[in-house]
Amino acid sequence: MKIDKQDFRRLNNYLWEIPTSFHPDMNVPVWIFADEELLEDALGDLSIVQAVNVACLPGLVGHVAVMPDVHQGYGMPIGGVMASRLPDGVISPGAVGYDINCGVRVLASQIEYRSAIPYLSDLASTLYRNCPSGVGRGGSIPLSAEEFERVCRQGARWSLERGYATEEDLARTEEFGCLEGADLTKVSQRAKQRAKDQLGTLGAGNHFLEVDVVEEVVDPEVAAVMGIQEGCLVVQIHCGSRGFGHQICTDYVQDFQWAVINYGIKLPDRELVCAPLNSPEGEAYLAAMKAAANYAFANRQALAYHARQSFKEVFGSQVEEPLRQVYDIAHNMGKIETHRIEGEEVPVCVHRKGATRAFGPGSEGLPPDYRPLGQPVLVPGSMGTESWILLGTEANEELSFGSSCHGAGRVMSRRQAKRTIKGDRLRTELEKEGISVRAGSMPGLAEEAPQAYKDVSRVVETVSKAGIASKVARLRPVAVIKG
Amino acid sequence: MQSLKLSEAHKFEEIEHTADWSYRVWGENLTELFLQAAAGLYRLAGILLTCEPRITRDIELKAIDSESLLIAWLNELLYLHESERLGFDQLEILHLDETTLHARVTGAPTQEWLKDIKAVTYHNLTIRETQSGLEVTLVLDV
Repeated sequence: MKIDKQDFRRLNNYLWEIPTSFHPDMNVPVWIFADEELLEDALGDLSIVQAVNVACLPGLVGHVAVMPDVHQGYGMPIGGVMASRLPDGVISPGAVGYDINCGVRVLASQIEYRSAIPYLSDLASTLYRNCPSGVGRGGSIPLSAEEFERVCRQGARWSLERGYATEEDLARTEEFGCLEGADLTKVSQRAKQRAKDQLGTLGAGNHFLEVDVVEEVVDPEVAAVMGIQEGCLVVQIHCGSRGFGHQICTDYVQDFQWAVINYGIKLPDRELVCAPLNSPEGEAYLAAMKAAANYAFANRQALAYHARQSFKEVFGSQVEEPLRQVYDIAHNMGKIETHRIEGEEVPVCVHRKGATRAFGPGSEGLPPDYRPLGQPVLVPGSMGTESWILLGTEANEELSFGSSCHGAGRVMSRRQAKRTIKGDRLRTELEKEGISVRAGSMPGLAEEAPQAYKDVSRVVETVSKAGIASKVARLRPVAVIKG
Repeated sequence: MQSLKLSEAHKFEEIEHTADWSYRVWGENLTELFLQAAAGLYRLAGILLTCEPRITRDIELKAIDSESLLIAWLNELLYLHESERLGFDQLEILHLDETTLHARVTGAPTQEWLKDIKAVTYHNLTIRETQSGLEVTLVLDV
């Protein structure tokens, strides 16, 4: 399949459509949020072909939404959102992704960057020591079988009981840190085995923990509610459900190869295997996915706990207020939500892969302080550049099923990044710019170099012009911890 | 029966992919394709084994077709690393047909495993016939 710019219908300056007439198998159109340059970037790899493939799945409603940070993935593009109708629309493990409930958490401090400069190197080392990262590093919180089960059922609620979380942390977490209905009997022994010693670990790849300074506040009123102050330090944590989620997805993608035959589902790509939501297979996956999602909430909560301990170790009594949670959102998840589609409230299963929930003001599911404003949307950029905190809008409900972008989006392959960028040289350059870097693997660092990513400011500009989310604050990294 | 030492494997190459990893594998027949795909996976992961103890495992798998079996085989090797930190440098396939695989693999605990691979995916997966045998392109989620 070949897609050119001529195949798009321009709906406005930041929204392009591929109508269903483009391909006979498409059930819904594809909407791409992009300016012209980002659209051309997206046409540079298989992103849009993958989005068209997704639009061919049965039982979808509305359209497939594609975010401006889109890049090629496997099956569904990274930066894709689809919604399938209940009860007989499909759920697809591959369209959620292997790292179930991979997501981002932001914690804000009142510590001024200027006064913290002499401590940043020590802070980076302390965070690196306290927050295990890299391939195969064991977890910081060993779990008995019984406790593991509770983590999977209760997510961050378990963390609260164990003293790793505050009430406010839970209030400021998507789904309040727990998806109801997780069922460990739907999870393989192998997945449980992989989960056993990984709670409280960052992992490797693009996962990171970062300390940033709030460089610019665009919306002071909203920032004040979030606890974000210009010139102060914040922490970003990016990780997911680790081997537990990977194994659950692997198991179900394998099982669903049978399911598609049983249910007579025709697919353009086998990675998109799916089953009706109300089938035994679909229900089993959803219950297993929820277990991994809850594990991921508890995992980010454990890392937040370690980050707070690390700040205490370094800043001691100077820390009057602990790192206060701004929000925690998932960007690989399947969720049962109600959305307004063609004027009607419809219950759907929204798949967001490399896209986040971004509910607007008045939405249920937001804590009282955020309900009048909307949901914080956390958009990490690449290391060395900037990150953004945005706010979900009312308009995105009909544009993107209440969703927004999740990051910068890659433009350069990992192979090319490794070939053209040397990890140790990159580290020196970042350190020169005042960014302390602690990384387990230099080739791994090179793969995640800023040059490998799109310009996040352009992505954020598009999202805000398209009306999906509005700008609140811009962050600049000062310490990066990677596996 | 067909076997392969990791150090002798060379029928694969990494190819460009924006976000994840992708590699192409080829072989004269299905068995060789499976062996080279496993070797390619280990090479991309950047494994280094300890000298001792040597460990042998039997792997028996069933799947819906040969593509599905290939994914199950590679994900099994990832699982053995994740769960027991094992890597294998001698791979032997005792039986392979379209839907069943019996392999015997020998190796040791890994000393190094540089690259975290979340899973081997089914993305656009097709084992194709070529003039010299078979080939397949695999996409890894990293």
